[in-house]
Amino acid sequence: MTPAAAGSVSGASVVARGWGWRHAGRRRWAVDGLDLRIEPGERVLLLGASGAGKSTLLHALAGVLGGEEEGEQRGHLLVNGAEPTAERGQAGLLLQDPDSQVILARVGDDVAFGCENLGVPRDEIWRRVTDALRMVGLNLPLGHPTSALSGGQKQRLALAGVLAMRPGLLLLDEPTANLDPEGVLEVRESVARVLENSEATFIVIEHRVAVWQSLVNRVIVLDAAGGVLADGHPDDVLTSQGERLAAAGVWVPGRGSGLVAAGRRTSSGTTPLLRTPGLAIARTKAEIIARDLELDVLAGTALALTGPNGAGKSTLALTLAGLLKPAGGAVLASPEFADGADPEPIRWRSRQLLSRIGTVFQDPEHQFVAATVRAELAVGPRALKRPEAAVTARVDEVLQRLRLDHLAEANPFTLSGGEKRRLSVGTVLATQPQLLVLDEPTFGQDLRTWREIVVLLDELLREGTAVVAVSHDADFVAAVFDREFRLAGRTGAAAPLITSGVVPR
Amino acid sequence: MSLIAPPRGDRAIFRINPVAKLASALLLAGVLILTIDWVSAAVALACEFVLVFWAGLSLKSFVLRTLPVWIAAPTAGLTTLLYGQPAGAVYWAFGLVNVTEGSLELAIATTLRILAIGLPSVVLFVTVDPTDLADGLAQVVKLPARFVLGGLAGLRLVGLFLGDWRALELARRARGIADGGAGRRLLSQAFALLVLSIRRGSKLATAMEARGFGAPVQRTWARESTFRGREVALIGIGLAVALLAVGVSVALGSWNFVLT
Amino acid sequence: MHATSTLLTPATSRQPRSYRWRVVDIVIASVIGVASGLIFVVWNQAYNPLSGLLTPLLPGLQALLGGGWLFAGVLGGLIIRKPGAAIYTELLAAVVSTLVGGTAWGATILVSGLVQGLGAELVFALFIYANYRVYVALLAGAGAGLALAVNDLLLWYPGSAAPFIAVYTVSAIVSGIVVAGLLSWLAMRGLARTGALSRFAAGRSSRTRV
Repeated sequence: MTPAAAGSVSGASVVARGWGWRHAGRRRWAVDGLDLRIEPGERVLLLGASGAGKSTLLHALAGVLGGEEEGEQRGHLLVNGAEPTAERGQAGLLLQDPDSQVILARVGDDVAFGCENLGVPRDEIWRRVTDALRMVGLNLPLGHPTSALSGGQKQRLALAGVLAMRPGLLLLDEPTANLDPEGVLEVRESVARVLENSEATFIVIEHRVAVWQSLVNRVIVLDAAGGVLADGHPDDVLTSQGERLAAAGVWVPGRGSGLVAAGRRTSSGTTPLLRTPGLAIARTKAEIIARDLELDVLAGTALALTGPNGAGKSTLALTLAGLLKPAGGAVLASPEFADGADPEPIRWRSRQLLSRIGTVFQDPEHQFVAATVRAELAVGPRALKRPEAAVTARVDEVLQRLRLDHLAEANPFTLSGGEKRRLSVGTVLATQPQLLVLDEPTFGQDLRTWREIVVLLDELLREGTAVVAVSHDADFVAAVFDREFRLAGRTGAAAPLITSGVVPR
Repeated sequence: MSLIAPPRGDRAIFRINPVAKLASALLLAGVLILTIDWVSAAVALACEFVLVFWAGLSLKSFVLRTLPVWIAAPTAGLTTLLYGQPAGAVYWAFGLVNVTEGSLELAIATTLRILAIGLPSVVLFVTVDPTDLADGLAQVVKLPARFVLGGLAGLRLVGLFLGDWRALELARRARGIADGGAGRRLLSQAFALLVLSIRRGSKLATAMEARGFGAPVQRTWARESTFRGREVALIGIGLAVALLAVGVSVALGSWNFVLT
Repeated sequence: MHATSTLLTPATSRQPRSYRWRVVDIVIASVIGVASGLIFVVWNQAYNPLSGLLTPLLPGLQALLGGGWLFAGVLGGLIIRKPGAAIYTELLAAVVSTLVGGTAWGATILVSGLVQGLGAELVFALFIYANYRVYVALLAGAGAGLALAVNDLLLWYPGSAAPFIAVYTVSAIVSGIVVAGLLSWLAMRGLARTGALSRFAAGRSSRTRV
């Protein structure tokens, strides 16, 4: 490892004096009255409830909040004594969403992009590109297509792009929230290696504290009401503020999920709703991902679909849900479950699915079709031609159950991440299907929403609903599920196949 | 050109600067558009059929890629045949339909002209990698770099949009609203795609700004876009075909300037 | 960001107007151009059979379908609100549709895109990039429709008879008003309500301040 890759740059200092920012068109200040001093080379974990303005602060430090058109600033925020917008490239920012951070089509070009923008000479650019790629451990040809990278690789690529600019201030905004456990480890390791070889000041936002705790020497908690709530050594802050942080949705290590282990559900039935004789799954006809999958979905029980990336978990879930056509074999519904419809769910009409199988997509935004939360929840019951009074009653019930009643008239797209997740579950509950299929329901959620999902699923199971979910989240699987179906990964693109049986827990 | 898997190949055509391909296609189109006669179009078309062997694509991909041209050309020709300016002998008249000697000649010319303009630009673009095109447009043509790179970064989102589109389709089936009303559903789906794409675009813009994009600094280029002999040669070929087509057409007295 | 308050920001905001393109303007304009280009590809495929149905009814009526290629410029102009936005998005959409789908119109699509974008752009310029009410959107659509008619009649249907020219031009303008003008305006309003345009004046003027 060449220390030159990032180490030749000395760390930047950060000073905030009565700083505040209000986005254009908003009444509330996103951040207000912030006083803060971060010394060069400090390693900081930034915490706070959602809405405390953590991201706004990081964006401001990176100089990407936008100008006067986009908001209003008061007080001072200085990086190395200067306005962050004045000195581009001094601060490097890594964002949450891997897909939206890949800028160019080739690996080398993407890393070089920042250097080009800063006017670095051509020979120097390629030296920096090679150094940065080595630093993050991406061992790929420079012409490798960026579209072929996994989520963890994309995040490391973005990190390399940031490092190549040689920033004195390294800013990470929930860099692992959208990654599977493997990707989280990859990124964490890369960052650890960078920090070992660098003097750069480091600030990271993350609600899963355990990931970064050992790499930081200071924790700052922002207050949603403005200013700083706590500031100090990680152990001290996490001890004194632990309870408060956990209530605000932060995963504090050693505190668990805060859920009392639920007693075994007794209602778990043995009636199969779905069987899959010789099932093979594929996204498109040409590419079979896995074959000979045999599993049962039992009424009133919870089945977790797990396995590495690319093993076909989501594809299997969507096939079970009657949305994707099996590439071989079949998904068969029991006569009671089909209730007069065709035995194969893929042949059901869209409307017939509603009262039988409800699907919650990984990205809630994919399933929103209405202009208000209330209308969104009414879509399903209306499609079933339920009487208007029944629709209203059911919608009100779901609104209350999911604590969305105060948002009934809001546009679904404007909700927060956790609210969107609750609404997407709500749209499905509105028609009371017997089987619920969920794709990564806890992905990127904070502790509060995570707990709500666990409790809700537990209630539904007790009421006799069957649950099938794709998940990477071992805690979630342990908390909710009775059985696990593990898909083995694919070894090569041309070698499809593999399965293992159902593992009783 | 494929946006998802960039074209790769060893043949000379792959290495030619896309700007030269664009220039020669435009040059040919610009000249052929000036006249509406079958001679110039036929001459150009004949030359193109010889040149296509060096275009770096198999017969199968040639047919597949140019299929829209083969459909559109006779369709436009038919329109002209039925409703074009009547002249000479009348073969058939019915309401507004007026097939005459003149409109028949115009129809043949229109069909050939669309083929002669459409085929080379489709064929030349099959071997273009968008990244190289952007390099060329910014460095050789000197278009504003911010716009060229913004457009290029936008192009990269196409793959994500296609994935979004499929998910939106499945989700509508899951929501119980996929049984009828295809037109309305399509509009709602297009709108949802627009929302998602603008969301992605906003995040991409922030990521680009965080890497100094748009900084008030003279930008450098990690890779030089070159414009040398073979680029000039390709444009020369385009020019030669255009001149030959015009020359033969004028010599045979069939040149028919479009605005007269 | 929920509608807890109903204090409206005035339609003409007091925020300073700048004609300079920000990075986010360029990227979103590009994204709109690219997404529109994909829709053009679908439209290109639908055009031939549909025009085959319309043309026998009344020759020139196929221009009613032209709006499917015109909305990109109007939508871009309505959202970005900077000089050149309509031309840039329409041109980019045209380029993308050529690159992705391969169209029969070849390199000339660049010219069509430029001309059609210009038709909408001129209308926005006429209102000095300060008025984006629905009638301006309809006019911009009409401008794009007229540009389409002029372009097509010169390039593809030269030597057409007068009735054809008249029907074609009127159809193109009607299509421009309805598809490019009205639909784009509705899309812009819908987008603003989803909060996706929070970084744009378009997203703030039609939303409640919260």
